[in-house]
Amino acid sequence: MAEPTTPTTEAAPAPAKSAAPAEHRLLVTSSPHVGTPESVPRIMHTVWLALLPAAAAAVWLFGYDALLVIGLTVAACVGFEALMLKARGLAWDEVRHLAFDGSAIVAGVLLAFNLPATAPWWIVLVGAFVAMGLGKHVFGGLGHNPFNPALVARIFLVISFPTQMAVYISPVDSFTQSSAERLELDLAEFDGQTYATPLGRLKDAVRAQADPAKVEAIRAEVAERYPVADLFLGRTGGALGETSALALLLGAALLLWRRIITWHIPLSFLGTTAVVTGIAWAVHPELYAEPLVYLLSGGLILGACFMATDMVTSPVSRTGMLVFGAGCGLITAVIRLWGGYPEGVAFSILIMNALVPLIDRYTKGRKFGETRRAAA
Amino acid sequence: MVRTFKRGGVHPPEHKQLTERKPIETLPLPKRVVIPMAQCLGAPAEPTVKPKDAVKAGQRIGEPKGFVSTPVHASISGTVKKVDLYPTAVGARILSVEIESDGKDEWVEGIDLESREVDFTRPDDFLPALTDAGLVGMGGAAFPTHVKLKPPKDVKVDTLILNGAECEPYLTADHRLMLERAPEIALGLQILMAVLKVDRAYVGIEDNKPDAAATMRQALAGTLGVEVAVCRTRYPQGAEKQLIKSLTGREVPPGKLPMHVGCVVQNVGTAFAAFEAVARHKPLVERVLTVSGRAIREPKNLRVRIGTPLSDLVAFCGGAADDLRKLIFGGPMMGKALRFEDVPIVKSTSGILFFDREEAAAVREFPCIRCGRCVAACPQGLVPCDLGDQAEHGQYAGFADALDCVECGSCQFTCPAHRRLVHLLRLGKSEFRRLQKKG
Ligand code: SF4
Ligand code: SF4
Repeated sequence: MAEPTTPTTEAAPAPAKSAAPAEHRLLVTSSPHVGTPESVPRIMHTVWLALLPAAAAAVWLFGYDALLVIGLTVAACVGFEALMLKARGLAWDEVRHLAFDGSAIVAGVLLAFNLPATAPWWIVLVGAFVAMGLGKHVFGGLGHNPFNPALVARIFLVISFPTQMAVYISPVDSFTQSSAERLELDLAEFDGQTYATPLGRLKDAVRAQADPAKVEAIRAEVAERYPVADLFLGRTGGALGETSALALLLGAALLLWRRIITWHIPLSFLGTTAVVTGIAWAVHPELYAEPLVYLLSGGLILGACFMATDMVTSPVSRTGMLVFGAGCGLITAVIRLWGGYPEGVAFSILIMNALVPLIDRYTKGRKFGETRRAAA
Repeated sequence: MVRTFKRGGVHPPEHKQLTERKPIETLPLPKRVVIPMAQCLGAPAEPTVKPKDAVKAGQRIGEPKGFVSTPVHASISGTVKKVDLYPTAVGARILSVEIESDGKDEWVEGIDLESREVDFTRPDDFLPALTDAGLVGMGGAAFPTHVKLKPPKDVKVDTLILNGAECEPYLTADHRLMLERAPEIALGLQILMAVLKVDRAYVGIEDNKPDAAATMRQALAGTLGVEVAVCRTRYPQGAEKQLIKSLTGREVPPGKLPMHVGCVVQNVGTAFAAFEAVARHKPLVERVLTVSGRAIREPKNLRVRIGTPLSDLVAFCGGAADDLRKLIFGGPMMGKALRFEDVPIVKSTSGILFFDREEAAAVREFPCIRCGRCVAACPQGLVPCDLGDQAEHGQYAGFADALDCVECGSCQFTCPAHRRLVHLLRLGKSEFRRLQKKG
């Protein structure tokens, strides 16, 4: 019966009483014994891959400085991640493994996308430190942070260095043009002012409400300077990675196709913003722009597709995701239309991040076999 | 119309091509068998033989203890060698009877291995016959069949469901049985219907087995009230609650049993055994199972006597590969990994899987990234990631909710962090029950 090459058949017939022959060769784990080929590193690496079209667009729009900022941010984030993992007492090869699990790279790219092309190196370093430290490791690292690390860093920087964080430039004329050069040209062109973003100008219009003539002038300028087609391609000023809707949507399509994100958050986010700004526009067309302009400008698409969808900081159920996205959309629209800041995407996502435990709690689905509230 | 349950579920790679076209082969008579007394979910049987006793195949060697217990029978003829504790798939030291074969395969009086006669004019004889035959659910749970067939007086059962879904990857034993023994299964189905006094029955088969559905349909043509229903290939289609939902639209409420929504679910293998018990007076002493996986040379579907040592099967299947890393009793989603290499086949063994290094590769566990996949995959509507966290932190209060977890493994299958969710859920449930008992 025994076959020389098969250890299994060689195993002695089960003897009674004596301790059973423990076979160390055999792996004994609890079921299930099969699993998805998906893994956390695969997901994270796919996310930054999906951000590459927008990174390419950033370089096309803002020249080599964009490349430097993105490169430095990613390097800094991975570096700080490694240091903090080490500081938390992990062995070096663990550190190496985890620092390259892709999550630090994603945070790095997203943070860079939230910086202007003119960002000096020290802002990058401070931002990366805050993202990895305050945004992630103080909570216990991957999976434990309640807020999106890149957004924590962005808000920290906007509040700490408002001037440096607001220096936007027009798209450069060529790859080799530095952001400083472009900034000079902008200052000359706009009478000593830096490039104004469409959302900034729209806010100016709202602020000038009392003076209809001025409002009309600003609205005309916005329509002329920021045609929708340019907004869609990204040919406008803003933070590095937020301007090109086209590139961002390409990346989002990859994530949807790979089932890393679902449509629930992006669609409810964008949809709610569109509806609320649409109502405002319908009531006051002279004051507010059409919803499409709001959708395509600022960080809305970047936020809706890549930052609100951050799994760690969003709800786990589909219903929860819809509520979360709608909340983000509502807050964004309210800040943009009536708030003190021209842009509200980052705030809205952080606020909703804070509400996730609550949302999770109240959107727990009906259990199988349960009748909901005696109905059905 | 292809039916399915609506919520949750996953679709693991099926790997059924390894064995689905291979006809059932009968394993040569084993030289010795080890028959555990604990072969059903209820109380173990009490051995009624002692060493040196001569036994015949089909002879009762273990008496049931109580209502939720089943008798155990000798599966070969020969001499009792020992009644002792043996390592088995259910535990390391289980009271079992070892029988040495006399090579004659003599059956006890009254068993007619060829008979196909079922006397439907005497349905009252069916239940005692099934009880005496030691029938248990053969899909893996091993619940005593006669208990399921005898619902309490205040429960009204109107539908029998025959489970031919076989949703576990790799396993093809039920598939082959339906292809090769459809008429017998059909008779078994009618026997079960007669016992339950129901006039409505479904045979649920996943749509990856259209040939089995066609064969069963043919065998059941003209049988009133029976529908062969094709279900979507979606794990866990064969879980009782999900199959009931797919076929009847009814949902078994938390903490309740299928009979509370008027359904009784039996496996197709159990129906076949019911046929044999009634028509042939043959107790449950053999079963069909799948031997598969990449670390077994020739994967096969086998008819095997209960108690046959695993090593017999391995030898018959050409031997195990050198890089065998994991041995699984049952399917890959709910089966049990074994510590011992040579254990006896029992009534509930639906398959034995031999996983090589690659199939058994341990994947690195990451922290939960709250992706929500487990939530979307859970057919019972639970939030596995949260429950896992709670169990990790030693908080078991929330597990009142989780007692409905059927341990199907869908959550863990789909988890990109490869968390050991099912282990955590089991831990949480048992701790919760323990704390509850303590009050
Ligand atoms: S599937 Fe895994 S990683 Fe995702 S939420 Fe569930 S437990 Fe967490
Ligand atoms: S929680 Fe239980 S029932 Fe739900 S998917 Fe996981 S194992 Fe299956």
